[in-house]
Order: sequence, then structure tokens, then C-alpha cells
Amino acid sequence: MSEKNNKTNNAGMSRRNFLKNSGLVAGGVVGGSLFGGLITNQFSKDNKNEDTTNETPVTFEARTFFNRNEDFAVLSAATERIFPENDNGPGAIELGVPYFIDRQCAGDWGKNANDYMQGPFPVIEVTENYEENKKSVDKVTPGTVVTVPSNTPRYQTKMTRGVLFLEGIRAMEKQSQDKFDEGFAQLEAEQQDEILQLFEAGGIDVSGVDSAQFFGLLRQTVIEGVYADPVYGGNRNMDGWRMKGFPGPRMAYYDQIDAEDFIEMEPEPLRAYQGN
Amino acid sequence: MATKLDKTDVVIVGSGWAGSIVAAELSKNGRNVVVLERGKDQKNSDFIGVKDELRYTNRDEMMEKLSGETITSRVSTDDVALPVRLMNEVNTGTGLGGGSVHWAGSVYRWRPYDFEIRSKTIERYGEEKIPEGMTIQDWGITYDELEPYYAKWELTAGIAGEPDPLGDERSIEYPNPPMKESPAIKLFKEATEEMGLHPYQMASANMSEKYTNPDGETINQCLFCAYCTMYGCDFGAKAEPLVTVIPTAQKTGNSEFRTNALVRRVLHEDGKATGVLYVDTRTGQEFIQEADVVVLGAFTFSNNRLLLLSDIGEPYDPETRKGVIGRNFTGQFNTSFLGARGFFEDKKFNYYMGAGGLGGALSDYDADHFDHTDLNFIHGGGIELRQYGDGAIKNNFVPKDTPSWGEEFKEKSLHYAYRSLIVWYSAAVMPWWHNYLSLDPTYKDEYGDPLIRVTNKLTEQDKNIAQFGIDRCTEIMEAMGADIVEPDSLPDQFDHTYTGMHYIGGVVMGEDPETSAVNNYSQMWEMENLFVVGGSSLPHFSSHHPTPTIGALAYRAAEGVEKFLEDGGLLVEAKKETAKA
Repeated sequence: MSEKNNKTNNAGMSRRNFLKNSGLVAGGVVGGSLFGGLITNQFSKDNKNEDTTNETPVTFEARTFFNRNEDFAVLSAATERIFPENDNGPGAIELGVPYFIDRQCAGDWGKNANDYMQGPFPVIEVTENYEENKKSVDKVTPGTVVTVPSNTPRYQTKMTRGVLFLEGIRAMEKQSQDKFDEGFAQLEAEQQDEILQLFEAGGIDVSGVDSAQFFGLLRQTVIEGVYADPVYGGNRNMDGWRMKGFPGPRMAYYDQIDAEDFIEMEPEPLRAYQGN
Repeated sequence: MATKLDKTDVVIVGSGWAGSIVAAELSKNGRNVVVLERGKDQKNSDFIGVKDELRYTNRDEMMEKLSGETITSRVSTDDVALPVRLMNEVNTGTGLGGGSVHWAGSVYRWRPYDFEIRSKTIERYGEEKIPEGMTIQDWGITYDELEPYYAKWELTAGIAGEPDPLGDERSIEYPNPPMKESPAIKLFKEATEEMGLHPYQMASANMSEKYTNPDGETINQCLFCAYCTMYGCDFGAKAEPLVTVIPTAQKTGNSEFRTNALVRRVLHEDGKATGVLYVDTRTGQEFIQEADVVVLGAFTFSNNRLLLLSDIGEPYDPETRKGVIGRNFTGQFNTSFLGARGFFEDKKFNYYMGAGGLGGALSDYDADHFDHTDLNFIHGGGIELRQYGDGAIKNNFVPKDTPSWGEEFKEKSLHYAYRSLIVWYSAAVMPWWHNYLSLDPTYKDEYGDPLIRVTNKLTEQDKNIAQFGIDRCTEIMEAMGADIVEPDSLPDQFDHTYTGMHYIGGVVMGEDPETSAVNNYSQMWEMENLFVVGGSSLPHFSSHHPTPTIGALAYRAAEGVEKFLEDGGLLVEAKKETAKA
């Protein structure tokens, strides 16, 4: 693997070619100093990479959002059904997706820190298609009923994403108990799929949010956990990228952009791009 | 009490292409300019090592945070509007250089038809071709009149391209040769040429070669790393204000770019703007910046909201169809980029590589290039195959009968990664009496001011033009030899998603003050020393992205401000439109 690593590093572009193509040799507007450190790192890291990529990484994974083991077990089982292990490669659990979601929920995104979260929050009614609101209510109050078509979910809950994750997971657990008399994590795969399909179809209330919207959030976050840079806790060992043939962030494809054949590369993470 | 600062010649709100072009030109003339930018200071070296899809594409790192302010949105004038709450539901630019810093870099001039759309439509098809309530209007400027300004912007931005075989007259050649051609683009061009269409390599603000512009600013060569849209370019290889007009303005010594400066009001007295009130977003302290001329060069939502909050101009009222501020709001919504996706069993494309402005295009179904006599819409769209370069999170395209999760999804999404292409139609969007901007009656920003409210309904025109485009793209994808061809389906109604960043109008340009807020120098009819520049002045959405047109109109506005500083007065005589929608 290390040999392949060397060969494909920087998509075969030499430092000299990179500098020539980018115009940096002649001291472009931004000057050599801007990229100097980066370039040096990028083109000298081959040896470093060899030393580190084959080591078993020390992991300190722990939950910083989902306090209850049982919540995390439901979440983990659900992510694995959404992106299961199969002949293609590892599934969500092995890729670290549950921990990815835990971290996301614990951070700005899970707390909706950058979103508009001021009230009032009206009552949302889901309809099949758009329906004109003939009531001509001008001002929204908490009692106002607003219809929203199911195919265009709008985030109108007072809950943050993290809270919605908790409520959604517990609603799944409740469905599981009601339907199968057993916890979601203990169900057979087909039974778990049945619960997930129920949520995906919509119509189950998750504290004022339609289950389809919660499922959409869960599904999207799983995909993100599989394919985001490993710095976020998912896509462990870049195996998500490896399965897909995604090379990770690279500086240049100038010499490959017109290549006829598909070019396979051993993936590299953001850490390598930043020269660490 | 707000602190009063020393008066300057010109104060400009916003540092994107619009504001920074005006700043560069006026400071080159020796005028003292202060630019106020709500976002943070930034430079290209900040973007080294940002090739992180989750943070930038999915979590919208470069966009304006919504915790303090967003927009509200509804479909019909009878609906209540709800706030667009999430960062991934509405993207507006922020930071030095504005939204231009994270643009893709696709470059199209708008068409002669656009600038005289009402007259030309009537001339060819008769007045009855324009449906009741469609408020298209001539701009008060023609393509020929704007052409030199397009050329000027293209030279500043070092645009790489080749002539569109169905393109309009140009006074200059593109300053840079076209971008390299990838196999996917080649396939698109060969198939469409075979069909008798006229494909070409789309023009790009990603540099095909290193370039030095007339102001002496250098833009580096693009390396096709694929991190353009939603990202700042760490190589300085994409033309945007940070590598062009901002340094040009700065080196004159006559301009000051003040960041973290959120403008809340345009101050005015006796019909004359006196300056602006802004808040330093780090300290919460308020300042008054007085100036001889005020230029609003911010995003459409901000330009409109500032005028409405400052009580300048008559707000548009859909009941009476009178008033101008907020009128003719349009944008690229969920009917704008529909087409057909093709899945290829025996071809794999290097689609993790790319550039924002890399692609093949054709204009056979653009503007009024084809006969609309028997068609149930006006205007047209461009057809494009773009190779932005897809991240791993985005690239999960599967045929429609595939479940969206589970084992089959996993298998197919991995199999078809790099085996699918999309061709789409960038349909034009016409303005209507019922689509407009106003202040929201319920929701407020962090300072207690009302949010801007969008009212926007998809019309039959929107659906018909989109369906026409879907059909053309489907033919093309079939000709390209895809094994599975999947036409997009039409949406039922507007989905309140504002992620394309192209929303325009509300302070539109025209020749009649009854139906326009600014003249062709972007000067307010109602307030001679207030210029409103940018997407907000475009009276309808043409068939392509608006950036070059915004750039061209900004160069013209800069000329207007200079003329005004010299001579004062209205720069254009108002005319009464002979016919109205």
C-alpha cells in the first residue's frame, strides 16, 4: 500500500509542474510565501505518510451528546440498517457513523447555533400538496396553524437537531416496543427496516415534527458520516472514500482533467492536505 | 447614541462584485471611499486547507449565519410567511468580497432580448403573448449600450472562453483561452453537434492560464481541484473581488474596507441621503458614516430591506400593483435547473475533478433564439453539462427505482459513483405581480427590525418552460448514449429553498419611475445621491447566472456616481412607459 501511496501522491504532479502551472514561480499576485509552507508540506510528506497510515490509530471515542447507552444503541442500529456492512465494505457502525452523529449533535449544528431559532413557532399541519391559505392571517402566533406540503419539509420546530434526534430515536424505540414487544436494537434486521420504513413514510408524530422529516435528517446525517473527512469521527480509516473511489482533497488535477480513463487513487485526508 | 464619523465622499454597503467594483473605480478617480461589509475580513490564504465538504458544502461555512437574521417565505399573498430557519435552506454571502468569493465562476452575458424584453416580445408575437400579470419591462438600456461594460468586467476578471456560435456581438475576445475539455464535456459536445445543435466550451472565471488584468492584478491558473462553489480559492485562481477589485481599490490609498460593519439604516433628510447607520457586530456599538453619495451594493435581500426599513421609495403593493420597492422579485428556484440524468454502465468519469466554470453549453434554446409562437411560455434557457467536481457526500446518485437507504442503495450508489452525468436547462424566470419582497409582520432580527419577506409562487410559465427544457435535456442524454435516462419531474410548487444564491429584483432598473426604482446608472429616481447596485436592479431573471451582468452594471454605476459627484442631478431623464402589464 505504501508503494501505491507514493506513486499516486498528488496525482502524479511534481512540485516543479505544480509551480509552473499555478504561476507561482513567477510570483503571482499572492506570492510564493502564501503557499510556500503548504507546498513544501505537500511535496515532502510521502515518507511521513508511510509511517502513519498503517498504524492502528489510538481511539478515544466516547459519547458527548447521547448520555443514555440505550439511545446510542438504537441510533447505532438504525445507522447500520441505513448503510449496512456488505460485500462492498464496512457499514455505518464500523465507519464510526454513530460517533460522528454524536459529535455533530454536540456541536453548533446539533444546537442550531447558526440557524434562526426565534419564535413564534406555529402549529404545522402536513398536507399532500401545496394548499393556499385562504385565512389571510397576517401575524403568526403559537396558535396559528400553517399547512406545509409533505414534499417540502420546512424546519419549523423549536427543537434543536440534537433534541430532535433524541426524540426521534425514542419514538422509534416506542414503535418497536408497541409493535414487536422488544427494543429496536434487539430486533431482527427486517423488523428494524420495517420501523425505519414506517418513519420514512411519515405520519408518526415526533413531538410536533413529522417522522418523515426526522428520517430525512437521520438518513442524510448517516451519509455525511460515511463520506465526510475522517476528522469528524466517521469515514474511519477513509474506508467510505475507499469504497467509492474518492481520493480526498487534492491540490491539483491539471494533468488528469482530460484523461480518458478513470483514475483510482489511494485516498488522502484533510490532515495530509494541510501538511500534517 | 451613535458615534458620528468623519464624512467621506462615498460610502458603499457591501463588498461583493457590485460594491467593490464601484469602490475600485471611484478610488482610482481619487474619491474617498468607505466600504462597509457586515462579514469578517478575509484573504485567499485563509482558504488553504479548506477542502472539507462537510464544513463548507453541507454546513455552509462561508455563508451568513442566520442566528440574528434570516428571511421569511410564503407562496401566495394570502399565506402566512414562515422564517427560513436553516443555513442549508438559505445561502447568502458574507465576509470581505461577499458571495463572489465562493461563486462557481460560470460566465454568461445576458442577451439583447433581455434588455428590451417587453418591446421585442410584442414586436415578434404581439401584445397578447405576454400574459396578464407578467410584469416584464424594458430596462432603459440596450445590450449594445451595456456591451463595453461587459467587456470591461471580463477583462478585469480574466474570463476564459471561446465565442458561443449563437452568441451576440462582442467588442473584445475573451482575455483567456477556453478551459480544458474533459471526456464528459467531449461526449456532450459530440452528441449535441450530431443533433445539429451548437455546443461550445462555457466561459469561466476559473483561469485557464495565469492572467494579469488591466489594473495590474494577477489571477493564477486553475488546477481543477473541484473546490470552487461554496469555497474560497486557495490558489487565487478564481476571479473574485479579493484577487481583483479589492486590492485595486486598496492600493489607491483612497478606500477603506471596514468589516464587521452591519448597516441598519440609510439616513436621509429632505429627499437626500446623508449617510448610513451601522453597528460594529463585535462590540454592538453604533456608528454614523456620513457621505455625499450612498451606494447600496449588498445582496438583493439586504438592499431591499434597507430601503424599506429606511422608508425610501414607495413599497410595492400587490393589491394595487403600485409602488416599486420589492417589485419584480425573481430568482432561480426549483424549476430552474431541471433536466435529465443519465447512468452509464460502461463509462466512468473522473467526476471528483473539476472546476466551477468547467462545462459544455449550448444556446439553441436560449432567450428568443427559437420560435415561441406555438409555445406556452416566453424566453428560454441555456443547456449545460457542468463538471464542478463532486464531493463524496454529494455523489450518491442512483436510478429512481432504488431505495434511498439500505443495502441496495449502498450497492448502487457505489456502483454508479462516477457513472452518471446530468444535463440541465437553466430556465429563465419571469416576474409576476404576485411575487415580491416586503417586510414581515411577525418575525424580527436580533435588533428588533422586521425581516424581509419573500412571496413567490411558481406559475404556468415556470412549469412550461421547465418541462420544455427537461424534454430537450432528455433527448440530449439519450443521444449521449446513457443506459438509463431519467428526466427530472416538475415540482408542484415553490419549496422555500434558497440555496442557489441567485435572487434578484425589488429595486429594479427601468425608464419609468412608476415601474422602476433606479435608472440605468443604478441611481434612485427618488433620491439622486443614492445608488442601488447589484442583483436587486435586474427586472427579470434571464436564462443564465447574473454575475457578469451585475459586474457590467456596477462599472456603469461607478461612472454614474462620478458624473453625479461632478455635476449632480438625475443622470437619465424619466420616461413614461407606453404600455403596462
